[in-house]
Amino acid sequence: MSGNELRLSPNEKMDIQKILEDLEHYRPRRKGWVWREKVAFQKIGPFEYRNTSKGLERSVPLPAAKYFGGIDPQPDFTITTEIASGRFEDDLRRMRMAAWHGADHMMVIRTAGQSHIDGLLEGTPEGVGGIPITRKQLRATRKALDLIEDEVGRPINLHSYVSGVAGPEIAVLFAEEGVNGAHQDPQYNVLYRNVNMVRSFVDAACAKKVMASAGMVQIDGAHNANATAREAWKVMPELLVQHAINCAFSTMVGMPKENIALSTVPPTAPPAPCLALDLPYAVALRWLFSGYKIRAQQNTRYIESDMREATVTHVLNLLVSRLTSADIQSTITPDEGRNVPWHYNNIAAVDTAKQVLSGLDSLKELVEVKRDGLIKERVRELAERAVLFLEEIKEKGGYFNAVASGFFVDSGYYPERNGDGIKRDIDGGVGAGTVVPRDPGYMAPVCHHFGYNKLPEGLSKPCDLIGGCTLCSPEKIVFIDELDPQDNVETRLEKVRKEKEAGLIRPEVQWAGDGYITMTMFFAEPADVAEAAAIATALKLGLEEPLVIHKGLMHPAEGTLIELKARVPVTVRRDELEIPEKPEVLSPDEIREDVRKNPMTVVAATVGEDEHSVGMREIIDIKHGGIEGFGIRAVYLGTSVPVEKVVNAAIEHDADAILISTIITHADIHKKNMERLHKLCVEKGVRDRFILVGGGTQVTDEIAKSCGLDAGFGRGTKGIHVASFLVKRRSELRKRGEGGK
Amino acid sequence: MERPDDFEKRREHLKALSDEELKERFWQLAEEIVRPLYDLAWSHTSPSIERSVLLRMGFSSLEAKAIVSGLEKRGLLGKGAGRAVLEYAAITGTHYLGAGKALSEGKGWEELSRRLGGAPR
Repeated sequence: MSGNELRLSPNEKMDIQKILEDLEHYRPRRKGWVWREKVAFQKIGPFEYRNTSKGLERSVPLPAAKYFGGIDPQPDFTITTEIASGRFEDDLRRMRMAAWHGADHMMVIRTAGQSHIDGLLEGTPEGVGGIPITRKQLRATRKALDLIEDEVGRPINLHSYVSGVAGPEIAVLFAEEGVNGAHQDPQYNVLYRNVNMVRSFVDAACAKKVMASAGMVQIDGAHNANATAREAWKVMPELLVQHAINCAFSTMVGMPKENIALSTVPPTAPPAPCLALDLPYAVALRWLFSGYKIRAQQNTRYIESDMREATVTHVLNLLVSRLTSADIQSTITPDEGRNVPWHYNNIAAVDTAKQVLSGLDSLKELVEVKRDGLIKERVRELAERAVLFLEEIKEKGGYFNAVASGFFVDSGYYPERNGDGIKRDIDGGVGAGTVVPRDPGYMAPVCHHFGYNKLPEGLSKPCDLIGGCTLCSPEKIVFIDELDPQDNVETRLEKVRKEKEAGLIRPEVQWAGDGYITMTMFFAEPADVAEAAAIATALKLGLEEPLVIHKGLMHPAEGTLIELKARVPVTVRRDELEIPEKPEVLSPDEIREDVRKNPMTVVAATVGEDEHSVGMREIIDIKHGGIEGFGIRAVYLGTSVPVEKVVNAAIEHDADAILISTIITHADIHKKNMERLHKLCVEKGVRDRFILVGGGTQVTDEIAKSCGLDAGFGRGTKGIHVASFLVKRRSELRKRGEGGK
Repeated sequence: MERPDDFEKRREHLKALSDEELKERFWQLAEEIVRPLYDLAWSHTSPSIERSVLLRMGFSSLEAKAIVSGLEKRGLLGKGAGRAVLEYAAITGTHYLGAGKALSEGKGWEELSRRLGGAPR
């Protein structure tokens, strides 16, 4: 961030303190959801894509992109990441990282228990398993996302939950603060949060109307039935019913279909033959709910601590999305079965989605989902089972009676019933008895208010009565900063600031410098022994609070893989770190262009009594990405070449540079060879004609220069480093009128 | 309730429907089920709904909470929190934001109860 105007700079950390400044006067730049700009056919790098959207200005591409010119195709689906660390200020950094990897839907999970709080929370207290959603938190988050979307060049949607007993107020808060999407489904409250069913539906109508007024996208709560049912695939008929109830209720209240997204999860996972179950279900859903949006969520029901297994299941989920359709592709972090997601695992999940969706681009041009046989039979059967479910709700006397008799989340494959569904009493639950009839004189002088409202006649809009409501006149919104002098973002940042100013660095997984690391160990022992051995090893290493987070059985007797998390008891000081200077490298095209204009010849050899040729060949050979690939002519003299012969060959070939490699280093032979090369060139009066370069595993730029050479290259050097140096050095020397031919 | 999977028996009346007819039936049933819920919501209100009205009128969450619990305590929620605040502003001849603030501080409830209680039903 720089200057007075807040802007992010790619090489600088986001200044949370600056984001928190002057929040009282911040207004969101827009309301409502923004979809990606789809491009039906797009050439990106050497490839043609049919399922992508407009690219990003700044991003981190997939690792393999370096082989394809650094391309970073952005799929056509909005990509969601769910963020829930308990400290929103740390989540902002996570959002920035996720946006660079391709997420444009930031779903903020609420702190445990917020759905039972009858009213709004204020300030920035710390949360558990999520964050307390408040006006200040939303404002700071939206403000940070404004900066992040400018940085990456794509709008970012902020999302949270309009559920629990304060739904209408939260909907108003979200509409005021420019929140772009929200979960809203009264059934979720009833079944999973035990909110009174009457309260839940009465509140929902009001909340939905406000959400619709702000153009928010609504996501329903049906996917929770997958996550709670014993056998998740058996709730498929019920899921169709749950989606239908929320969709029908929402459209009746006035929410447009295109802003209603069905939250759907492929219900099962391998080793089940999941595609045979998940695909017909996905087809049935998209057929019955045509016109609605699809939010494709990933399976969590069968995810435990194995991140590899989780990722493979998620890849199969993405295949279902590509084979059918999705508007929003949600991601589940691969560590969700272990802990509250760590930030780099949000990135892993976003990358998995981007990688698979890019890899499956144009899939529908290649294969088609069959419309007959197994698919047709299963789609029809699911639809019939769902219709029968709806019929029985009516027979029971309606939705409330059906819930009261345990219709929902029964583990039977409807119409099979196992009698283990969730039962709720119409007079029970949180908020029971709080709903009252509206009086004939009931009046609410505000806009987008659902339900009976006896307003005076002749108003152009309801809020004319009060000179504007907050939805029309946002300056009327009341901003409360903090209510708790201890539990707030300022006190948390103070601690972080002190450590930062002292130049201390510690690893982290979710909160600034939380000190957590993971270790992977294999023990040739059975699981129980391996687990105890891992803890003991960690303690001997001086790690604190070691906890095994994954055990993978390799064989009952031969061994166990252990992954362990622990806190490190140390910090390191930034100013005490030795950070090697990064060589500045020209681009391949710049090097080629220079060499094309001014051809370059080098003479190269492994010198002394040294038969190692591998290193030098890597630097020279075109097939290893060596300097020949840039058009540089290399005369390779072989191994064990006397230094004098190298210099003579360079004179003979009228070379620009001499490259010598010395791998053997006993008795400082590498230094002696380099010194000899320099001295010999001076003696022969040709030192100015040649750029002298030394290389080898123990050679550094510093050592080479101390021996009189122009540069030295050590371990890890690639051809481009040497080529880039040679081109730059030649041009420097020419400018100074020294050297060169 | 426990019941074996009697799908084959139950589906008899659906068998003859075309796919499109089945889909139509699905949506018709869904709408019939939510209609009474919609009507219920239309004619009722709740503390959260009334606080959402006060928020939109420009009150803070703390003020809204206090005003709505005052209304609940006196059985006046069904009048609407917005109307209540405007009525109190009329009684006192003050701006509605000041009137609501006074109510949130526990002032004026007797006058307001009298006014709203006496309102024609």
